[in-house]
Amino acid sequence: MSKRKSTSVRKAGRRIVPVRPREKATKKPSSTGSADFLARAWAMEVEAAERYASFADAMDQHNNRDVAELFRKLARIEQLHADQLLEENASKRPPVLPPGGMRWSGGEGPETAAPDELHYRMQPYHALQIALACERRAEKFFAEFASNAANPKVRKAAKEMAAEEAEHVRLIEDWLTRTPAPEKNWERDPDPPLVSD
Amino acid sequence: MHDEGRGLASLSIALTGSGGAGVMTAGNMLLEAAAQGGWYGLMVRTSGPQIRGGEAAALVRLAAEPVDCLGDRFDFVVGVDWQNMHRFADEIPLDAGSLLIGDPDQGEPPDVFTQRGARLMHVPFKRMAKAIPGSWPNMIVLGLAGALAGVSPDTLKSVVRKSYKKGGEGLAASLAAVDAGITALDALPPTPRLISPRHVAKPRWLISGNQAAGYGAVRGGVRFVAAYPITPATEVLEWLAPALAGVGGTLVQAEDELASINMAIGASFGGVPSLTATSGPGLSLMTEALGLAVAAEVPVVVVDVMRGGPSTGIPAKSEQSDVNIALNGLHGDAPRIVVAPNSIADCLAATQWAVHLSERLQTPAIVLSDQYLGQTRAVVDRPSDVSFIGERVLAAPSTEGYKRYAITDSGVSPAAVPGTLGNAHTAEGLEHNERGIPSSQSRDHLAQLAKRERKLLQHDYGNHWADIHGEGDTAVVTFGSCTGPVREAAARAAAQGMNVRTVSMRLLSPAQPELLAKALEGVKRVLVVEQNQSGQFHRYLRADFDLGGEILSLHRPGPLPIRPDEIYRRITEWSRT
Amino acid sequence: MTPGVAAVPATWQAFKSDYKPIWCPGCGDYSVLTSIAKAFAMLSLRPENVAVVSGIGCSSRIPAYTNCYGFHGVHGRALAAGTGLKIARPDLTVLVAGGDGDGYSIGGNHFLHACRRNVDLTYVVMDNHVYGMTKGQPSPTTEPDWDSKLSPGGTGLRTFHPLVIALAAGANFIARAFSGEPNDTAQILAEAIRTPGFSFVEILSPCVTFRPEQRDWKNQVRPAPVAPTDDPARAARRIMTDDGFNIGILYKGARKPYQPPMGKATMRLADLEAEFTI
Repeated sequence: MSKRKSTSVRKAGRRIVPVRPREKATKKPSSTGSADFLARAWAMEVEAAERYASFADAMDQHNNRDVAELFRKLARIEQLHADQLLEENASKRPPVLPPGGMRWSGGEGPETAAPDELHYRMQPYHALQIALACERRAEKFFAEFASNAANPKVRKAAKEMAAEEAEHVRLIEDWLTRTPAPEKNWERDPDPPLVSD
Repeated sequence: MHDEGRGLASLSIALTGSGGAGVMTAGNMLLEAAAQGGWYGLMVRTSGPQIRGGEAAALVRLAAEPVDCLGDRFDFVVGVDWQNMHRFADEIPLDAGSLLIGDPDQGEPPDVFTQRGARLMHVPFKRMAKAIPGSWPNMIVLGLAGALAGVSPDTLKSVVRKSYKKGGEGLAASLAAVDAGITALDALPPTPRLISPRHVAKPRWLISGNQAAGYGAVRGGVRFVAAYPITPATEVLEWLAPALAGVGGTLVQAEDELASINMAIGASFGGVPSLTATSGPGLSLMTEALGLAVAAEVPVVVVDVMRGGPSTGIPAKSEQSDVNIALNGLHGDAPRIVVAPNSIADCLAATQWAVHLSERLQTPAIVLSDQYLGQTRAVVDRPSDVSFIGERVLAAPSTEGYKRYAITDSGVSPAAVPGTLGNAHTAEGLEHNERGIPSSQSRDHLAQLAKRERKLLQHDYGNHWADIHGEGDTAVVTFGSCTGPVREAAARAAAQGMNVRTVSMRLLSPAQPELLAKALEGVKRVLVVEQNQSGQFHRYLRADFDLGGEILSLHRPGPLPIRPDEIYRRITEWSRT
Repeated sequence: MTPGVAAVPATWQAFKSDYKPIWCPGCGDYSVLTSIAKAFAMLSLRPENVAVVSGIGCSSRIPAYTNCYGFHGVHGRALAAGTGLKIARPDLTVLVAGGDGDGYSIGGNHFLHACRRNVDLTYVVMDNHVYGMTKGQPSPTTEPDWDSKLSPGGTGLRTFHPLVIALAAGANFIARAFSGEPNDTAQILAEAIRTPGFSFVEILSPCVTFRPEQRDWKNQVRPAPVAPTDDPARAARRIMTDDGFNIGILYKGARKPYQPPMGKATMRLADLEAEFTI
């Protein structure tokens, strides 16, 4: 199987609009109320959990048990964060999200891992790096949200969330120090692709 | 097969691993090393539905003499890991004499592997690989498996060196890993090795049936191939792509099977021997065009690498269930050639013969191969050259009053290829008169139908119509990949003093009832063996042949192969009644 | 024939089945599955009223991964099967799905006629410029110089431009999406399903195994610089000059969908005898 890169990959034409960035807090003061903010924060955690769970399934199907377990753990942790949010806000029931999921202006939630970052032979270290990037994005999101929020209650809540996420960042960084770095050639699979259809 | 005292005549090892463990590569290297060492053998691959990273097993059989099928059981299973390997339980039959060797850090083998008493031993492949920086568990498995078989360390390592021909880093580590595997075996209780090969100096090949079919086509004169990928036939086409270009032919990827068969027929109309390869679903699509080739008397060859059916079926597994469609799948009365190779090596001669017959008789030919033959790699004695080449009988240029479909005694009408002065005509799918002008006249229809029938029936197919071995009043009649297990069963019976005749039919259409009757003279019992649900071959034999005596049908669909022991037990049980 | 009594609207998660896909990790099709589920939820559809019809290939495995009624048919004929289903059962929401090999190669003829026929269904093609399931042969959308075993050195053939073909053949709704933006894709799909007539959505969906360089697509796609048009000539100019990376709804017409009246009897069965009766 030749790996030669095609030379005729279509080049991007005139870029009129830049590639859509991830969810950015708006520059204008946001008029989000407390309930909306809670829903958004909760959705972030739940959507992150769902994405990690689907990653775990994909890894299980491809016999990468270590990484599957790690993603399941991350999914549980995110779900825990979601549950804690509701508890702390004395919320009896989870917020009702729009049927297609929460709408984010940059595509998906800041804490949701991008689906193309998987590799069937990836190592736990890679999974944690994905998680780290997610938490950092979440922290940044809340920090910006806090600085733009008009509602003082929301501003306070956003600051607290930012601090929470910063703590998560530290936890993941610590977890990484205890995780072996991937070996050279971690991607190596001497067997060719196999067919079943 | 066990030869007490001198070692094993045959040894079967399964290598299992998932998630990119590389067991197919290790299995292939083991087979290559055994081949270098003078042994024979074959390797079947089996895997889960994932394209990469799935659970996978390399099923390897090695022997001192040529083997044409997997054995009845496995002597060893060496597992890099056991994840999801239970799905291969039916394909890796084990018993109390089998030995499992696994990595204690990778979990235990599935219960189904040990429930019949197979013993388990531990070798920490992953830990050992970690101890050799840059090495991988599959190379340790290779070393151990090679040593289990009795392949020399030097031979194993030379195969590993060859795989690193670009001088990649990691060669030294891989070689060290192979050594570690060999050493690890010393720590285990001794097991019988393969007996040494006879080392007769004759040329041998390491080849798959799909490659052999491709080579047979080129040898037969094919120079145009239209291709549409389909499991498990794609390798025929992939092999042909550069090969044809090398010999001045060409392969074109078509948009679908309808296009590929029609392209091939078009090219053949132009005088160039043409071929395509497909599997059941593709053959179904091609039936209309094949009828056209029959009616217009245009040669074309279709290699059908049969797989589990019906419909999408089981794409990566073998079955012999396209007999019906190959023999009867065209509308109208449409006689055509059907040839069934009966071993991996025979894929070459059978395809070459099919090209020859197709050209000679100006008719489509179907080569009924299957996934087992097509995708199994085997060590074979280099097949002797057969002289069949595609040769179309052509009319001389400017034949006075040329009639493309002239009625002749043989039924074959001299053809004319575009570019030939004076013999222009229209190849016609409508029924036609001798000149090829469409005709709905009874006289013409009768004459043309009879001619197209006659040209196939009157041809002398020589000895190639079947391979007949042995004497006895019990005969086993089969075709294709069942031939290997049938022959092994017959050999086992003969060793027990029971003589069995085997008939492996290579020419399925047109049927040769007189020749089969002669082959079965004196036979009182006929066992028909085939790998499909409804006994398609048996039904064809009962319909078109006179099989004297008692007839029994042993048939089972894929995905599992029919094994020698099943056939042997059926023969011996039957002979006792 | 009427759907069951409307129940509580389903969440998008309710549209995914328990079967775990066998797609390679990182495959764009995972996101497409999510987008489809979200689109169904956004439209308040019920899984039992939706049919997902497919052909053969990696993308065509999708029906079993949804909780809807599914039809996993033969190679290239999904549009024909979906057309028959929708005409016979206009009350259902029919989504036809597959890859570029299944859809544009063997399925090419049916693609032309589905666009022309304009039955109210949505056709989703997960385009990764390769035949993945059979281990990496060029598809009609593969670049001419992409080397493969079946076409060494590349096919040398101009690529198929499915959006142009769709427009020329009469598709009523034409969009391009990117699997790397699942929520935007869900929006486009919802609009496609909501729009009556034949809606064609080509979703760029990278194949990480045979076309790993497609991981770079996320840096090459951009939102289409202009709003959707209902003028075929304008759409033709845009689509014929686009480089394959403009994301969004590119054409949205107002052609009346083809739907022969099913279930509306205008005579009694016995009336049919009249023409034979002496």
